Amino acid sequence: MVNSTVFAPWEDPGQTPLIRIENVTKRFGDFTAIDDVSIDIYTREFFALLGPSGCGKTTLMRMLAGFETPSEGRITIDGKDMAGVPPNKRAVNMMFQSYALFPHLTVWDNIAFGLRRDRMDKDRVAARVEEMLKLTQLQKFAKRKPHQISGGQRQRVALARSLAKAPKLLLLDEPLGALDKKLREETQFELMEIQEKTGTTFVIVTHDQEEAMTVASRVAVMNHGKLVQVDTPERIYEAPKSVYVADFIGDVNLIEGLVASVGELAELTWAEGKAPLIGQSGASLKAGDEAVFAIRPEKIAISREEPEARNRVRGKIVDIGYLGNLSVYHVQLPDGSYMKCEVGNRSRVSRRDYTWEDEVWLSWTDTAGLVLPS
Amino acid sequence: MKRLFTVIPYAWLIVLFLVPFAIVFKISLSDYAVSIPPYAPTLDIAGGWQAVKDFLGELDFENYVFLTEDALYWKAYLSSLKIAAISTVLTLLVGYPIAYGMARAPEAWRPTLMMLVILPFWTSFLIRVYAWIGILATEGLLNQFLLWIGIIDAPLGLLNTPTAVYIGIVYTYLPFMILPIYAALDRLDPSLLEAAEDLGCSRTTAFWTVTVPLSRPGVIAGCFLVFIPAVGEVVIPSLLGGSDTLMIGKILWEEFFSNRDWPVASAVATILLLILVVPIVLFQRQQQAAREAEQ
Ligand SMILES: Nc1ncnc2c1ncn2[C@@H]1O[C@H](COP(=O)(O)OP(=O)(O)OP(=O)(O)O)[C@@H](O)[C@H]1O
Ligand SMILES: [Mg+2]
Repeated sequence: MVNSTVFAPWEDPGQTPLIRIENVTKRFGDFTAIDDVSIDIYTREFFALLGPSGCGKTTLMRMLAGFETPSEGRITIDGKDMAGVPPNKRAVNMMFQSYALFPHLTVWDNIAFGLRRDRMDKDRVAARVEEMLKLTQLQKFAKRKPHQISGGQRQRVALARSLAKAPKLLLLDEPLGALDKKLREETQFELMEIQEKTGTTFVIVTHDQEEAMTVASRVAVMNHGKLVQVDTPERIYEAPKSVYVADFIGDVNLIEGLVASVGELAELTWAEGKAPLIGQSGASLKAGDEAVFAIRPEKIAISREEPEARNRVRGKIVDIGYLGNLSVYHVQLPDGSYMKCEVGNRSRVSRRDYTWEDEVWLSWTDTAGLVLPS
Repeated sequence: MKRLFTVIPYAWLIVLFLVPFAIVFKISLSDYAVSIPPYAPTLDIAGGWQAVKDFLGELDFENYVFLTEDALYWKAYLSSLKIAAISTVLTLLVGYPIAYGMARAPEAWRPTLMMLVILPFWTSFLIRVYAWIGILATEGLLNQFLLWIGIIDAPLGLLNTPTAVYIGIVYTYLPFMILPIYAALDRLDPSLLEAAEDLGCSRTTAFWTVTVPLSRPGVIAGCFLVFIPAVGEVVIPSLLGGSDTLMIGKILWEEFFSNRDWPVASAVATILLLILVVPIVLFQRQQQAAREAEQ
């Protein structure tokens, strides 16, 4: 994310997007898999599609690759309308979720497959394949068949194969799903490096929000075939526009109430006899609306003495989760609801300050929470 | 217990293959005789060691020499191989599209289609071949139909020609071709074809560069399964082929049952077996390789 502050073509009206998805709807029979989606994706972006299973991520990718045609709406890539353009005529390559490596071909031939289709001459094919092998550190495995290499290596072959043709747009459908955490993180950084080097535009589908946050220039959160929010990872996390997004990305405490006042900050009354909660106003709200207060567990401080902060609640610790680098306290409020609070473990567990059944105060600053329409 | 299970197949092989083969081989070394059984010498164990020695002394390779002297035999072998090879290719040409169609049919239809392919096995092979006489005869259904729609003016003489034999073999062995090819195509991951298209193949090139190579094990298995039994086929050339179709199975039959020359017939059978050992071994190897590639 080194460049994220500089690289923001979506904020520059002078830029033309590489991909325009305009009011695209896709129906299978009477089931609507994609519902009136519009997205602009810019050159050199690393664009992540995020959403629960069955929300239509793969379907959207398959429409970009040309395996499905939109029921309504229009997709243009590089200014060209893609309607009726078959997959083999698009400057788009896809890395399949299952890798889809050709089992009868060696690693080398798998990578060369697309180049040969372009009737490229032998030397150039060989040079390009070698380049790809080097990029993905697969030189040693060139002569092997896909069933003779490991899962992580296969995934790199799939990546090399889809990169070999230097597509304008590379689609990655859950490319790292099969890898263990460590290998996945390594590969994420490899992907970002490759993207820097090649300048290809990436669209990546993932189930893993952490992955989306790590690699993406922008994240699109989808639900039931609709786009819920498209934004940079930071804004998706810090300024979700809806409870759905706040809840989908990361952990969040949600407290229901009524909007008391809206100004610079919004106030939410949530329980009789309690001071209202104060937070940033997430979207157009007016006094009297039903709303939800969203606060991330790591933004909450825990203390024994009553703190100064205006947002403070009292409760009892009912559970402590130890996650190594941090501890999660589950605190029950007097009204019976629960809140989660995360505290970094700077000292050893044995010296932990709080324990089960302790009465504690939870507090957070005025700008830490968000008031969102429910 | 475990040992028992490994012994069973070998015992099976010995009792049902090696012993009969040894007997046939022994008869092929004997001489024709007007007696029961119709060959000499026969072994008389009661005579002791001397009898065994005499018996062995009388065995010779005369019948094999005879097979090389009469052109009928090697021509029949060659003709059988040729007919089997051509039939195999024809069966492949008919069977591959059927298997391909089955593999691409909607999931719900496939069991039904599979049933239709296997269905003929439920009636007797002999009856099915006889049925083809009814279809191919001069007054048969095919000619009646073609005359009726006016494609031909005079009935075709199909029965008792090599064409009839090809039709018979292709019809009979088609399921042996379809099933292994279907199995290979069914295993083929459809995303491979999408990947091929994604990398620049048209549908047609994707078929030739992905589908065909990946169905090759099925094609090879199917070809062997048709070729091997077709070489020794007896019933089809006898019933449909008439007198001018030369096949070694037919010769064998005639030597045994018309001439009652068991020794020559046994020699014919032994040579046929030796010829077939080559493709059988090749087939086994291919199966082995296919299994290994699958891991
Ligand atoms: N060919 C099809 N026919 C009918 N329905 C389909 C077809 N393809 C997808 N769907 C439906 O469309 C919806 C979206 O599917 P899609 O594969 O795009 O989900 P996804 O977001 O990729 O999910 P996952 O994260 O599980 O991969 C699903 O409910 C699925 O059942
Ligand atoms: Mg999917």
